[in-house]
Amino acid sequence: MSAGAIRIEDVVKVYDPGGASILAVDHCTLDIAAGEICMIVGPSGCGKTTLLNAIAGFHSITSGAIYLDGEMLCGPGKPQAAPGPDRVVVFQNGALFPWKTILENVAFGPIMQGRLSRKDAEDKARHMMADAGLSGTEANYPGELSSGVRRRVEIVRALMNDPKVLLLDEPYRALDSLTKSVMHEALLEIYYKNRVTIFFITHDLEEALFLGQRVAIMTTRPCRPKKILDVDIPHPRNYSILTAPRFRELMEETVDAVHEEALKAFAAGEKEGA
Amino acid sequence: MVATQQPLEGVSLAMFQLAQWLRSPRPYLMFIGFALFLGFWYMAVDVWKLPRFAQLPGPDAVIKEWFSRNPSFGISLFTPDYYLDIWASVRRIAIGFVLATALGIPLGLFLGWSKTFREYVFPVFELLRPIPILAWVPLAIVMFKGLETPVIFLTFLASFYATALNTMLGVESIDETYFRAAQCLGAKRSQVFLHIVVPGAMPFIFTGLQISMGVAWFSLVAAEMVSGRYGLGYLIMNSYTDVKYPTIVIGMITLGLVGYATSTLVRWFGNRMMQWRVRELALSEAA
Amino acid sequence: MTRALSRSILRGTIAMIVFLLLWELGSRSKAWLGFPLPWISAIPAPSSVIVVWGALLHDSGYWQSCYLSVLRVMAGFFAAMIVGIPFGLALAINRTAYGVLFPTFEVLRPIPPLAWVPLSIIFWPTQELSITFVTFLGAFFTMVLNVIGGAKSIDVRYFQAARSMGSSSFDIFRRIILPGVLPSIAVGAAVGMGITWNVVVAAEMISGGASQATGAGGGLGFFIWNSYVGGSYPQIVVGMISIGIAGYLSSELLRALGDRVTPWLRRR
Repeated sequence: MSAGAIRIEDVVKVYDPGGASILAVDHCTLDIAAGEICMIVGPSGCGKTTLLNAIAGFHSITSGAIYLDGEMLCGPGKPQAAPGPDRVVVFQNGALFPWKTILENVAFGPIMQGRLSRKDAEDKARHMMADAGLSGTEANYPGELSSGVRRRVEIVRALMNDPKVLLLDEPYRALDSLTKSVMHEALLEIYYKNRVTIFFITHDLEEALFLGQRVAIMTTRPCRPKKILDVDIPHPRNYSILTAPRFRELMEETVDAVHEEALKAFAAGEKEGA
Repeated sequence: MVATQQPLEGVSLAMFQLAQWLRSPRPYLMFIGFALFLGFWYMAVDVWKLPRFAQLPGPDAVIKEWFSRNPSFGISLFTPDYYLDIWASVRRIAIGFVLATALGIPLGLFLGWSKTFREYVFPVFELLRPIPILAWVPLAIVMFKGLETPVIFLTFLASFYATALNTMLGVESIDETYFRAAQCLGAKRSQVFLHIVVPGAMPFIFTGLQISMGVAWFSLVAAEMVSGRYGLGYLIMNSYTDVKYPTIVIGMITLGLVGYATSTLVRWFGNRMMQWRVRELALSEAA
Repeated sequence: MTRALSRSILRGTIAMIVFLLLWELGSRSKAWLGFPLPWISAIPAPSSVIVVWGALLHDSGYWQSCYLSVLRVMAGFFAAMIVGIPFGLALAINRTAYGVLFPTFEVLRPIPPLAWVPLSIIFWPTQELSITFVTFLGAFFTMVLNVIGGAKSIDVRYFQAARSMGSSSFDIFRRIILPGVLPSIAVGAAVGMGITWNVVVAAEMISGGASQATGAGGGLGFFIWNSYVGGSYPQIVVGMISIGIAGYLSSELLRALGDRVTPWLRRR
């Protein structure tokens, strides 16, 4: 399993250039080290999902370039990256296939790519699920399980493919805060075992500071990094750090910046999910 | 349901549901409804002999005829001709419906899946759709000669349109996110088709099949009434022209029963194929 | 116009031209290919259809048939709406009414509307009424089903919100149930319209133009049947296309009406 360093270089994204011409991302430059948890914080509709979609290969970029471990994903001459199992996305509302069992879902990636036989893939799936504390749900359908469990399964499904980067698009947004805290610790546990690069979008500052090694606060649309800081609280972390003085200091440094952008977004009447 | 008990299965579940149903007011209201309907029918035709109703066959005449071993008009539960008519209709439905499904589902899947295909084919499809199926009757007779084929063709056509359209809508209804997830996980286009498009469209496909079964019967009866030999539609029309009025109602009731049975068959089959949806829906209703 | 839109229009047009060409070729296959294609060669060619249609446009009998059919469709359809919508609403609101009437409704529903034709002819004094009744039945079942479905799907929180703001039952009916059901009525209307055309055409074919003297009968369904019996096959196709156009126009009209009545469903 190799590095996973992302370089976002002066990326601009304009939607519908011939028509409404909406500038979503405005000359955004950001470096993410391999194996790092980088949190992207910003108000709804600011364009952070657009960045994620560009890295994943669902959208094209208007100018600039994005590199993964030195190789160009998209840029001049190639406006859209190809989606692939090296950068797997975990979606906001969950994307486990409702018509497949949990086991079939988790084993899906390697089987489709032809990297593992069905039996091997299912064995590996059972193993990884046991590691994540999800044994016993293999024969269920996603519709029968709670959203918290579904999210964790989705992360395991992603990790089955040995990705370089895990792209998470506000995955815990729809969960209640009690479940969220459990999810956070579960994610960190998985991270400590896998050291995959994590690109995590959220609007929750506390979540960002708790999980991230690096937090980039984005401006409201058009999006660019307003403030980047390194969270120097050491890993492994657990929930007790929430009341630690260093955590409170970091919150103080950043909460104004976030609030300012939130007010701007509110004034602009942003629609959800942009 | 008490959380500590083992969930009921199979027969005991059915018995439980039956007991629940009997305890509610529903079966008694239903009974009242039927009684009112039949009662009104009986009174209007046989007792009060209301002006227009008097010419209609009354429920006692129909029942007597239907259950008689020697029916005066020739058709009852005990005559082989009755079952010949039922079989003729069912056979035509079966052929038409199966053909329509075999052709309609693939067409619908491609229409939903490939933008290029849709841009070429859908306009022609939509062009022919406003023409009511029954307007095809004379043309079908001209094209196919014989008596069986036009009838089956009309059943097929009606069923085909409903199935294809609903299948296409089913593909279009699949959330974009599932496609993206599949791409991330490295699935090729053909794999996406097999693993996402086909199962994802299934709920709509099965709704479509139920609708399709309904329109198939609709078209079949009309086609049989206009030009056919044997079959329930033909029986009804013939009984009218031969002034065998109770038999008309026998035909209608039989149509209702058989139509209902075929729809239930499709629905039951759909539930078996989509266990995931059944469970999902059950949970959301319990919530 | 964007490139994508103009491209899709182009493709659709190409497909239709190809379709017409194939049809023409198929109809004349005996002359062009030397042997008649199995079923397609029996269909009248588009060229002859156009010619015959041109002649018919001057024939008042043709327009009268169109008019009669449209009239019947409208009559049956609106009767179905006038009876079906209140009936459906009553069933949706009142649990007792639902419990009593719905099972009987469901038992009668699988009987195809056209199966009612003979009973209808026996019962009603005029042929016109009997056709209208069967037409009415066709759309009635669909409409009621859609109204009930629509009423049931209104989010219960709207009711709770209204009650907490002090609405009376009548208010709730007028301001929550009625608007909440309108989209389903629109859908029911669209589907019902399709069924109505089918029934009218079939009923016209079945009951025929037997009583030409009284002026009853006729209509496009009869026109098509008559063309068949009389051996003027291109006229059959003319009739079919005419019905198709009339049906399409009436559906579009309904859809436009539906859009006006439910402005909140229009996308921004």
